[in-house]
Amino acid sequence: MEILKEEPLPPEVPTLVLPNTEDVLALGDRLDGVELIILDFPKFTDGRAYSQARLLRERLGYTGELRASGAVFIDQIPFLLRCGFDSFASAQKGFSEALDKARTLFSVVYQPTGDGRATANELRLQRRAAVAA
Amino acid sequence: MPDTHFYRYDAYDRALVGERIAQFRDQVRRRIAGELTEEQFKPLRLTNGLYLQLHAYMLRIAIPYGTISARQLRKLAEIARKYDRGYGHFTTRQNLQLNWIRLEDAPDALAMLAEVDMHAMQTSGNVIRNVTADHFAGAAVDEIEDPRIWCEIVRQWSTLHPEFSFLPRKFKIAITGSPNDRVAVRVHDVGLRLWRNGQGEVGFEVIVGGGLGRTPLIGKTLREFLPKDELLAYLEATLRVYNRYGRRDNLYKARIKILVHEIGVEKMREEVEAEYAATRNSALKLAPETIEGIARQFAPPPLRAKRTRVPEVEALKLENRAFALWLKSNVAPHRVAGHAIVTASLKPAGAPPGDASAAQMEGVADIADAYSQGELRVSHEQNLVFPHVAIESLPAVWRALDALGFAEANVGKITDIIACPGLDYCALANARSIPVAQSISTHFASLARQHDIGDLKIKISGCINACGHHHVGHIGILGVDRNGVELYQISLGGDVDFGNTALGSILGPAVEADKVVEAVDALVATYLEARIDGERFVDTYRRLGAQPFKESVYGNS
Ligand code: SF4
Repeated sequence: MEILKEEPLPPEVPTLVLPNTEDVLALGDRLDGVELIILDFPKFTDGRAYSQARLLRERLGYTGELRASGAVFIDQIPFLLRCGFDSFASAQKGFSEALDKARTLFSVVYQPTGDGRATANELRLQRRAAVAA
Repeated sequence: MPDTHFYRYDAYDRALVGERIAQFRDQVRRRIAGELTEEQFKPLRLTNGLYLQLHAYMLRIAIPYGTISARQLRKLAEIARKYDRGYGHFTTRQNLQLNWIRLEDAPDALAMLAEVDMHAMQTSGNVIRNVTADHFAGAAVDEIEDPRIWCEIVRQWSTLHPEFSFLPRKFKIAITGSPNDRVAVRVHDVGLRLWRNGQGEVGFEVIVGGGLGRTPLIGKTLREFLPKDELLAYLEATLRVYNRYGRRDNLYKARIKILVHEIGVEKMREEVEAEYAATRNSALKLAPETIEGIARQFAPPPLRAKRTRVPEVEALKLENRAFALWLKSNVAPHRVAGHAIVTASLKPAGAPPGDASAAQMEGVADIADAYSQGELRVSHEQNLVFPHVAIESLPAVWRALDALGFAEANVGKITDIIACPGLDYCALANARSIPVAQSISTHFASLARQHDIGDLKIKISGCINACGHHHVGHIGILGVDRNGVELYQISLGGDVDFGNTALGSILGPAVEADKVVEAVDALVATYLEARIDGERFVDTYRRLGAQPFKESVYGNS
């Protein structure tokens, strides 16, 4: 298994490994001091961890490393990135090259998420405001 | 002057569709090269509209909120000719299906589609599907607000939604802007109904957990009144609850309706409201400028009031019975004086419901250009609608449609049948649907008789997945398999009119294919015998109950 991240954390970092059935909103102080959270994709078609990731990032303000593990494949990367994952454990061949490509695969996004990308709507409004000014 | 009166893609929309095709092209390449297994590839192709049927791949093209321009329809005809066998099939969800697509051609077909700002994204798969709307939207007399504005807002939000692209199951949303529901809001995963409250504000009633399929359920009201600008926040909350808690252990229990049924609508509401409370003031709240920007694109065409009594129309009505009947069943009132909404029937006697050849599509596009502001709608009843026709043009439109074979005066009548693809195409089918529809349609071909029988909706599904909506047919017909024999179970009393949504009840034992027409004939005869003042078939059924109908089909043993 290949773990991809620019700066891999030392193995002793405080880590939380969560099944995708875990209610992340009920973690309470289990989150304290945690620097790595590993979320699981038992099957790549099971998308519960996307919601967990967004709640951790956007609701609970978690800023540590968020790793996708399990059935994690190339074609999920754009979605994973947008939901706040920044680390990936994937056994798929070519995953690492695909990761770089995936960052620029879609120049347009429609949904506001915690990744901070400006949505098509926001860009439209900015453009209209610029024209009006 | 824009060439349409509905949403036009801008550079952002175009870029996204183009990038999506590039991604899919690479996925197809990797599949063909063996880098992707079929299991890995399946959800990828499904969310690009490519479905594997019995004999070949099928491409399901989205016609968002059922609105399409003449130019776009011509392109669909061109694609059908180039990559398919020269015809297409309009579905109950305002999509067009091409039944004979080759995998290696699919990206090129999608690229052609993108030339006219269309796509096939999310027409299959466990994602938020193409959002459907009232096919009379923007023209209906009873409309409070054009639902397509909201459909487009939802279309964008749901397209490649990063959190909701691997849901437990498919997710269908329908929106109506009229009190007379024409989209069946109560049989969708989420149905949205625009209405005006006591303070004069327009908002949504949010209905959740309806659906047909194996476990037909009527949707429940999740929220009476939702301010319009909070639509996306509320939908995101609902989808998040579903994504987290919807069942994934059993394919047949994975729709949101089962979740709502199992935990109860009160608990569902509590969960959704809690989630909504946490996100309602986020970036999901729609800025007035965003709503206005999209609403502006749906501004109605500049129709001038015209005379409503046109001598030529009156004369033709007297001299031609077919035209007179057509005016009655296929022409609906328009909100601008002197105009009408015309429905072209894709159900000529004996034909497969909803099919159109490339030449017919082009013919329809020409009529739309000449007489309907270049615009068309696809109805969930698998017909095509010209939303803006001047009454003085009705004779010309009727003649042109007649030449195409689409002037059958049967909209809402017994031969305006909804049928799923069934065993002729579908790998899941137990029985054929289309030939059953064809034989009923042939048997009841007489228009005078159809008009005498009045409004009667027959809906046919080839298996319990209920794509033909048999549960809500006044007469529902369901194909079942008994030891390799195709049999048909008949149910009565289904309905989808708002406030009247009802599921049909099974009449009795399933009958053989060659007995279906006989049975329908007996049901109709019973109704004609028993009806009183202006009752429709379904009203008589409700008044009398199943017994007399049962006896007419099975005898009184
Ligand atoms: S109802 Fe059954 S047979 Fe008909 S299209 Fe759906 S899955 Fe296929």
